[in-house]
Amino acid sequence: MHDSNRMELWKMNKGLQRIYMLPYALWIVLFVVAPIALILYYSFFDITGHFTFENYKSFFSSTYLTLTVSSFWYALLITFFALLVSYPTAYLLTKTKHKQLWLLLIIIPSWINLLLKTYAFIGLMGLYGPLNAFLETIGIGKQQILFTDVSFVFVSVYIFIPFMILPIFNALDKLNPALIDASRDLGASSWTTFRRVIWPLTLNGVKSGVQVVFIPALSLFMITRLIAGNKVITLGTAIEQQFLVTQNWGMGSTIAVFLILFMFVVMVITGGSDKGASVHEKNK
Amino acid sequence: MKELLRGAILILAVSIILLLINNHLSEGSNKTGKNILTVYNWGEYIDPALLKQFEKETGIKVIYETFDSNEGMMGKIEQGGTSYDITMPSEYMVEMMAEKDLLLPIDYSQIPNIKQIDPYFLDLPFDPGNKYSIPYFWGTVGIAYNPDLLDGQTFESWDNLWDPSLTQQVILVDSARETIGMGLNSLHYSLNSTNMKELREATSKLKQLSPNVKAVIGDEVTQLMVNNEAAVALTWSGQAADMMSENESIDYVVPEEGSNLWFDNFVIPRTAKNIEGAHAFINFMLDPEVAAQNADYVGYSTPNLTALDYMDPEVVADERFYPDEQTRSHLEVYKNLGLKMLGVYNELFLEFKMDMK
Repeated sequence: MHDSNRMELWKMNKGLQRIYMLPYALWIVLFVVAPIALILYYSFFDITGHFTFENYKSFFSSTYLTLTVSSFWYALLITFFALLVSYPTAYLLTKTKHKQLWLLLIIIPSWINLLLKTYAFIGLMGLYGPLNAFLETIGIGKQQILFTDVSFVFVSVYIFIPFMILPIFNALDKLNPALIDASRDLGASSWTTFRRVIWPLTLNGVKSGVQVVFIPALSLFMITRLIAGNKVITLGTAIEQQFLVTQNWGMGSTIAVFLILFMFVVMVITGGSDKGASVHEKNK
Repeated sequence: MKELLRGAILILAVSIILLLINNHLSEGSNKTGKNILTVYNWGEYIDPALLKQFEKETGIKVIYETFDSNEGMMGKIEQGGTSYDITMPSEYMVEMMAEKDLLLPIDYSQIPNIKQIDPYFLDLPFDPGNKYSIPYFWGTVGIAYNPDLLDGQTFESWDNLWDPSLTQQVILVDSARETIGMGLNSLHYSLNSTNMKELREATSKLKQLSPNVKAVIGDEVTQLMVNNEAAVALTWSGQAADMMSENESIDYVVPEEGSNLWFDNFVIPRTAKNIEGAHAFINFMLDPEVAAQNADYVGYSTPNLTALDYMDPEVVADERFYPDEQTRSHLEVYKNLGLKMLGVYNELFLEFKMDMK
């Protein structure tokens, strides 16, 4: 009797669990699986609606391969500079007195619409903008800042910095200060402490940051036009053009399929080797 | 966390309340009927006083909505669920919409004012016999430039853009047909060329222009020209007129090899609810005095021949916006080249943009 009651309860729990899972499963199917499946489906059709592998063949033409290389190169640059700025910033943040307040101040700009920020940079970097006025006063003279790849990387880095700082800040904040003290007590220099203790323990934060920045940076498109004047072309530009102008959904989808593949690779590289886990694995 | 949640709920609640108020205020905007006419037009493309006058004269209430791209406009109409009675697509879009059976034929017995339109602008290849469309405004593609920022460089020919003195000065428009078309024009080829050899030649000529190209952008160019940030831009005559009204130094020219002649046109979408009202509106807008007032306000060139008599003679005599017969004979209207050819143009354009550094 007792046992069967227990059984009933267990079954009921299981049923409840299924009901709880339902919204999540629906969400995943509707907004993750279905769009990817649709993109895959469309990528096999040409402009007249016939089944074809032609799109995949044309992706391996020099045009799209060059685009892929240049997208990767700029995404790499953006991620690198974002990391270069974010790591020390996050580190200093954990040392400040009101760290949550400082963090908030860094996060606030990401509340402003991306397009507005980009337009603001057009004004700031213009020939008669404050940046050029500054260059003139210090004697360097007017420079063409807007519509260069430097300005493109700069604006992109600025936009992505908060997304890089957050995970790194969290990792650093969770770091047990006793470990650092121990390292110093045992005679390690600051550099060794950083390299052997702090960096490995915050690596997961860095990896999440890299993912959050690198993946969207691969397919940036609006900034390439507004800030770089189309002198930087990414896969995102090509997708936009295929869908909106050429109305070639097939080719646009094919490029999107490759982007998804690239992102998957990036996820595997940056997410795969969880250091703590692998050590644990070995110890077994 | 709790505060964040509370904040989010508060914002959501305020938004919903505002939405409800807004819906209440604009009640009827989605209702259709005999006495309501929904006009779907480009932004800032009509004198609002004329809408008031039309309402007064006919008793029809006008609901005015705007779009910013032909493709976006067609997408909305194609999806259905809208009840636009009038819209104003560009010529190639008229052809595309007619092909997709999205337009109603125009009943000319209800539009006596059609006789005011210059016959030169009627019965063009994009809509033979003007079955679906009537021209609203027209214009050209040319070069807007600011002599103050240049050392006496002029632009009688497209080839002038390649002049070495213009390094990093020229702004091109981020649109395949205009930019590749400019390359074709500079080689004396047709804007509607489908000959791959000509297209390749035009693309390699454009690639040689890249040291002179400052940027390839969209509507942002107006602000850059007005603020003296840029000296030379490939642009539409209407956009040039906007620049010139804010910066008097700017001039506009259509190079002699020829260029594009474009139209925006009245059409009645198949989804229209007030077809009679739509005809009445078109006829009203074609009235010479009304058309003149509208052209005055918008600043584009009107195809309404009689309206020219009611306009400032100085404007009408301005060859930059009302070119003479000789210049006009070099102008070409875009033909719908089909999606495949449009793809080729865009592929070449992408190649050109990638080559730029």
